[in-house]
Amino acid sequence: MKKSIKVLCLFVVMTQFSCAQKAENEVNSPAESTFTAELIVDGLQIPWGMVFLPDGSMLISEKSGEIIHFKNGQKSTIENGPEVYNRGQGGLLDMELHPDYENTGWVYFSLASEEGDEKGGNTAIMRAKLSGNSLTDKEILYKASPNTTKGQHFGSRLEFDNQGYLYFSIGERGERDINPQDITRDCGKIYRIHDDGRIPEDNPFINEPNAKKAIYTYGNRNPQGMAKHPETGAIWIHEHGPRGGDEINIVQKGANYGWPVITYGINYSGTPITDLTENEGMEQPIHYWLPSIAPSGMTFVTSDKYPAWKGNLLVGSLVFQYLERLELNGNEVTYREKLMEDIGRVRNVRQGPDGFIYVAVEGKGIYKLVPL
Amino acid sequence: MKFLVGSYFIIVSCLAYFMIQDKELKESMQRGEQIYTDFCITCHLANGEGVAYTYPPLAKSDYLMNNREASIKGVKYGQRGPLIVNGVTYDNTMMPLGLENEEIVDVMNYVLNSFGNSGAKTVTLEEVNTILK
Repeated sequence: MKKSIKVLCLFVVMTQFSCAQKAENEVNSPAESTFTAELIVDGLQIPWGMVFLPDGSMLISEKSGEIIHFKNGQKSTIENGPEVYNRGQGGLLDMELHPDYENTGWVYFSLASEEGDEKGGNTAIMRAKLSGNSLTDKEILYKASPNTTKGQHFGSRLEFDNQGYLYFSIGERGERDINPQDITRDCGKIYRIHDDGRIPEDNPFINEPNAKKAIYTYGNRNPQGMAKHPETGAIWIHEHGPRGGDEINIVQKGANYGWPVITYGINYSGTPITDLTENEGMEQPIHYWLPSIAPSGMTFVTSDKYPAWKGNLLVGSLVFQYLERLELNGNEVTYREKLMEDIGRVRNVRQGPDGFIYVAVEGKGIYKLVPL
Repeated sequence: MKFLVGSYFIIVSCLAYFMIQDKELKESMQRGEQIYTDFCITCHLANGEGVAYTYPPLAKSDYLMNNREASIKGVKYGQRGPLIVNGVTYDNTMMPLGLENEEIVDVMNYVLNSFGNSGAKTVTLEEVNTILK
């Protein structure tokens, strides 16, 4: 009897121990840095989006609405940018180049826009061409409705897949009980459209009456990271949870990611949102963060510049002010590490066509990671 | 007698004045709480505790209480660090929130009278209007 109690105690302790050691919820600090972070563009406020043009220059979108062209070490402002609704988390947001930018010249933008009848704003997707120092041929491809004066959750990230479809995220705009689970309403969704704004015939809800036909997935909260997997071609996203429960998800046609029916987070006030973390017909994240790191921006490392990081995922942390490196085994997160500790709020991270990693930090600028 | 009647009227009108003030402040704080939940809670958290070294606390914040004008200015036009709050240096950017001046009044009244904060004069629209960039 005595022995069995001891064994039981040991079992309980071991179980707790192994739970606490679950690799995916533990973040490590590297023993020594393998790179230096070189500040190449300074004096930026909230650099949300960045794209790399074929001539080696860079476009940077500031949340304030400014579009900055960084060429040969000089910053200049691009004229004729979109009218943006600057309130709360809204403003000028992400940018992406057309997969065939050299021939088409299209640059894609996401922004908060007041277009529409109601007071307030909501997320819009626009494309335009860069002609000299100015934007031309501006076209709104999608505008979520209705407008609202709420300040939260515009989503914003843009990505093309290997078939040339454009994916974008729109957050639930502070209406978690109305928007995310309703496919007849915008917001709390990932969308998929053609490069000219047409809605693909094989979108999942194309035949659902009253559905917003551009919706590709629903039950999302506020995705601010999106990247194409270099091998599978799948679109990966991450999204902010409430307090706890930020998630990485793989975008699948018609899938429901469960917000706010299931979540690993709680209200900011500490009260529960739901007692469910899983439910039939709702996707489980491939990873969730507890506590929240407040993820923004994400990229896969594919270049040869950082051999030890090949195939890893990099994600910015707004709240803990570092760049997170995640090692993967297929769809599983096996190791997490802090890079650039205490650098500031990391808004975006991308791998440039030159193979280097570029990191956008609020109140600072763009850093280039140079291997030692 | 005259003195008593006189004092009575003075007391009653004073009470009425303060009760109306109190009601107005309460309503302003209620609207302010909504604004707080929409715009501020993500970083400053539910009890104004903030996140050490990242987002300054609003609860019992010496900066807030001693720098009333700068605090309103920060809410109105955005804020750039560094600033020192309760002995900790915060070097970050708070984006301009795009709030209407009426909303700034309400959220300031809520913050100045919540999370253990008290004693500050009620913020008015005239006050917010006069604070320039």
